[in-house]
Amino acid sequence: MSYMTSIGSYAIMVVDLFRKPTKWHVMRSLILKEIDELIYGSLGIIIFISFFMGGVVAIQTALNISNPLIPKNLIGFATRQSVILEFAPTFTSIIMAGKVGSYITSSIGTMRVTEQIDALEVMGVNSLNYLVFPKIVAMFLYPFVVAIAMYIGILGGWIAGVFGGFTSSADFVQGLQLDFIPFHVTYSFIKSVVFAFIIATVPSYHGYYMKGGALEVGKAATVSFVWTSVVLIVMNYLLTQLLLG
Amino acid sequence: MIEVRDLHKSFGKSEVLKGISTTFEKGKTNLIIGQSGSGKTVFMKCMLGLITPDEGHICYEGQDYSEMTLKEKRNLRQEMGMVFQGSALFDSMTVEGNVMFPLDMFTQQSRSEMQDRVDFVLKRVNLVDAHKKYPAEISGGMQKRVAIARAIVMNPKYLFCDEPNSGLDPKTAILIDNLIQEITREYNITTVINTHDMNSVMEIGEKIVFLKDGWKAWEGSNKDIFRTDNEAVTNFVYSSELFKKVRQMYIEERN
Repeated sequence: MSYMTSIGSYAIMVVDLFRKPTKWHVMRSLILKEIDELIYGSLGIIIFISFFMGGVVAIQTALNISNPLIPKNLIGFATRQSVILEFAPTFTSIIMAGKVGSYITSSIGTMRVTEQIDALEVMGVNSLNYLVFPKIVAMFLYPFVVAIAMYIGILGGWIAGVFGGFTSSADFVQGLQLDFIPFHVTYSFIKSVVFAFIIATVPSYHGYYMKGGALEVGKAATVSFVWTSVVLIVMNYLLTQLLLG
Repeated sequence: MIEVRDLHKSFGKSEVLKGISTTFEKGKTNLIIGQSGSGKTVFMKCMLGLITPDEGHICYEGQDYSEMTLKEKRNLRQEMGMVFQGSALFDSMTVEGNVMFPLDMFTQQSRSEMQDRVDFVLKRVNLVDAHKKYPAEISGGMQKRVAIARAIVMNPKYLFCDEPNSGLDPKTAILIDNLIQEITREYNITTVINTHDMNSVMEIGEKIVFLKDGWKAWEGSNKDIFRTDNEAVTNFVYSSELFKKVRQMYIEERN
């Protein structure tokens, strides 16, 4: 029953955050601030993780090819498919749920605990629109992060494959181009847009409706990460079934 | 003027407000006092519109809040200023940014007009060199003064203060009390203060509403509180030896 209540409250929150918009010149600066915090601030960790993730995929594929009849270009092919279809959009989103999601929950939760949200409401500000809407808009730049993760992941795979002595550069590049289906990139970007909305709103929900004090802010951040991850995984399955199934 | 009639509020099976009726007058510092858990904060949050009461009416200048349209409610909220117990300043903004925030959100004033107004209210609360500081960089007393400046920057008709001097030293607490009373008289606004601070009750309580277990147990002024024989009030207000002696001295002086 409490799950149904939470889903209902979440739906109401999503509707309410579009009501009574904040003045544009205030909103513009909030959006730019959130782009800096959520997108630009996450690039370092995403680049780092994507690079090594692509490298590991290439090495593991190479180590599992024992049959000499299997062409070496499979390493590039497997790296491309893994990175574009799953690792860049989904794995990166789980990382973002941890980094960005806990930041969102704790910052909004702290505002709730210290009555800053009540202060906004008393002034007549739609606090949901003021706090959550800029995060959603900023997160719509998330597909660019995913695109960078794809590029860096494949680059990591190429470096690990070629400089690790597992394959030649020509074989790897040939594998990258083999049976390429452009819709797979579109599928990945569609997923990243949906995931961006989830990463912005689910942690916001947990922060906005939290009750208690400082200890509960920490607990809310943990619960928010768990639920954001669960929703991401379920949505990943549904979108894959819908778009590729 | 704010008129409250038969206000009820329950959370689950717990009835927090059990039919409160009172009037908060314009140009006066109206105090709500009572023990922790007596319903003071819920009462104030009902008046602010942060909590919807189950029954009863809250009328602002004769207009019932529950019958107002959304637009009227929004307009009314812009006529309210609130000083929260913990100040509730926005951590990410400077003192100046906090005070300018309502002007930036709700007026069409130019940057220089807003700046003039911010300078004026910060000077009014005796804060002249803290414009560029962040809330974490100033003392609790200064934070309270910034909160008061933010609450009055839009020239409100109603000022609400939730325990404005909790956590402050006695000298700063008196300064804050006096500042609130001066502003109330200067701008002729309706001020409602939640407090358990007995110094505030004695100093600035022009109208006092005493709540006990969700009921209004007594109301009067700081002069009346010396004379009352209401047991609930005397047990609460004169719980310390110091205040018992003060009351004794007052009665002897009157006789």
